[in-house]
Amino acid sequence: MNAFHKELSEQVHKYCSDKIWPLMEEDDEKEIFRPELFHGLGELGLCGIPIPSQYGGAELKYHDLCIVLSIIAGYSVPYAVTVSVSTMVQGILLEFGSEKQKAKYLPELAEGKAIASFAFSESHAGSDAASMKTTAKKTKGGYILNGSKMWISSAGYSKTYVVMARTGAEGSKGISAFIVEDGMEGFSIGKREKKMGWRTSATCEILFENCFVPEENLIGIEGQGFKIALSGLNKGRITIAAISIGLAEKAIDVATRYALEREQFGKAIYSFQGLQFMIAENATEIEAARSLMEKACENYDNNNINIKIAAMAKLKATDVAMKATTDAVQILGGVGYTKEYPVERFMRDAKVLQIVEGTNQIQKVIIAREMKNERT
Amino acid sequence: MWFFTDEQKELQNVCRSFAEKEIAPYAEKHDHDETFNIEAFKKMGELGLLGITADPKYGGAGLGAIEATIVMEEFGKACAGLTLSYLAHSMLCVNNISTNASEEQKAKYLPKLISGEQIGCMAMSEPGYGSDAVGMQCKAVKDGKNYVITGNKMWITNAQYADVIYLYARTGKEKKALTTFILEKDTKGFSVSKEIHKMGMRGSPTGELTFENCIVPESQRVGEEGSSIHHMMKNLDIERITISGISLGIAEACVQQCIKYSGERKQFEQTLANFQLIQKMIAEMSAETTMMRHFLYSTCKEYDLGIQDNVQAAKVKLQLPKMVTKIALDAIQLHGGYGYSREFPLEKYMRDNKLMEIGAGTNEVMIMIIAKNLLKEAMRG
Repeated sequence: MNAFHKELSEQVHKYCSDKIWPLMEEDDEKEIFRPELFHGLGELGLCGIPIPSQYGGAELKYHDLCIVLSIIAGYSVPYAVTVSVSTMVQGILLEFGSEKQKAKYLPELAEGKAIASFAFSESHAGSDAASMKTTAKKTKGGYILNGSKMWISSAGYSKTYVVMARTGAEGSKGISAFIVEDGMEGFSIGKREKKMGWRTSATCEILFENCFVPEENLIGIEGQGFKIALSGLNKGRITIAAISIGLAEKAIDVATRYALEREQFGKAIYSFQGLQFMIAENATEIEAARSLMEKACENYDNNNINIKIAAMAKLKATDVAMKATTDAVQILGGVGYTKEYPVERFMRDAKVLQIVEGTNQIQKVIIAREMKNERT
Repeated sequence: MWFFTDEQKELQNVCRSFAEKEIAPYAEKHDHDETFNIEAFKKMGELGLLGITADPKYGGAGLGAIEATIVMEEFGKACAGLTLSYLAHSMLCVNNISTNASEEQKAKYLPKLISGEQIGCMAMSEPGYGSDAVGMQCKAVKDGKNYVITGNKMWITNAQYADVIYLYARTGKEKKALTTFILEKDTKGFSVSKEIHKMGMRGSPTGELTFENCIVPESQRVGEEGSSIHHMMKNLDIERITISGISLGIAEACVQQCIKYSGERKQFEQTLANFQLIQKMIAEMSAETTMMRHFLYSTCKEYDLGIQDNVQAAKVKLQLPKMVTKIALDAIQLHGGYGYSREFPLEKYMRDNKLMEIGAGTNEVMIMIIAKNLLKEAMRG
């Protein structure tokens, strides 16, 4: 970590420990999302890290984004995810959007004044996203959207939604990407999901009933939607890896500190080998996952995109986070299971990391496909 | 299991249909609201399940580890939280009174506890003494014909609802100078000082107990002074075995739900069941569940026949909960986004089962017990 990273890290730590951390237990239980905390992260310049400064971004690298997300995730996975998804949508607009779209949407997103959501999954199209049913029919001056999208993070709080809908034939080639703005007629927020974790983050279904979207809101060209979505997800996977590493690190930090203080049988429980091994194994796994994540970042920052490495980073880091948070609950024992310590929340938050941005099963499918492509 | 008698099979059927009707439909609500399904609990009394192992002279069913585990498994499938409360009552309180208390004490407490008129709990752990429970500091000081009890007890299942508390307290300086008492909730100086909010098992109330100069007559002492360790040892095995039945129930529920979902859910124009990754998850979790069922009920059988070695129960308690957390995590994974949502029961299975690796002796304590027993001779060198 260089001097710049150090200064950046200190700033992020300070904001998160002062403003976010004290609220997390209660907000988790009551399922409260606070947009002002997101805006606060925006004021620190954290909501558009890889976006060029001409669009209000910090013009830094993906690696920098990942360092920041790791830190935020140690305090709150849901806020880290909100930043991650909003940044992913900005990445899509930057890569595929028109100059007009970039100028219109990027600045307020990059400055953290507004939040963006990504709408890909549907109730029957999860891992098999290409089978989506939401349609966009061409009409005079634009498109009419009908259907619904599921598991939309920040729904109801976002101003800008990138929505994939079918404009053509079945399959992945018939899908296009659109920018839908909050408040457009025919666009509404459906039921909010009740979840195991990530309870601070609003996850809802979003609904389109004859929702007119002007032509200028089509991203790229018709039929390019699936490619656009996957390009976003390839980057999103790395950020999910970063979030997982931050969470795992925090869980093991809390567990290690606890083990050093807690006494049973007249000595600190840290002095028992069984416990030392749990901590040593997790710490090693976290460093291994971090190396993989950093390699994936380096690829992106050098425009040398490697889908396989990104999928591996997501697979490994999220599995490590699940293991580390589960072990942290175990190390804290009874108190780890209660709401008085954060580790049970960490464990609940970890599980969905293995599911989002492509389940870990899908990551294996991708890795295997790339392995084959490299050889044929 | 192949060796179940007709009566045991009948018990299994009764428990299964009771759980489907009275427990499962309300499980999600009680988990969400952190409330206790007291109606179902009282009905367990009507079914005669609240004193499953207790002395028939006082209304108990006088049955063994197999029957108690059958109840745990069937109820555990429907709601592990309520089953934990059932276990705290029937095994930790009622069974202990039945095996350790005097005839007078049994006559006084067992009938009402077994009918469900009263609810019981057991108080052993303290804030500073979890795995090291024998180091407990809650003390009982002799004062004429009474004892004065002062201290705290932590992680007490059923605390807020208990009428009867089966309590361990320190009566001397030596580490093992512990004595057992039966306390009633109206005793002056006794209070439930804190409600504990948990990750899972939210349908089972948990609290901290405080004793401030609680005066308890000598007649409430169970056995002799200093005999708690002896009492604990007598029932630890059956407690560890039967509690593992809850994990087995959770595993079975996971397998059933995964099979059902794999046949219904379509992705890439096929049911999930067609994918090898999914087949692997289901085949493995089912093979593990079968293995656990055989391990658990064989152990029950040995226990009931009195031919069990002294680490078998700890081995069961180590292996089952650990394997089931993995199974429940995989079951969520198989259901993807839906597995993570509270509309499906998978995430509850996982949250509930995590406690099984901590409560009634953590995995780490089971490892210590097993290793210490196996290596007793070797460790001397």
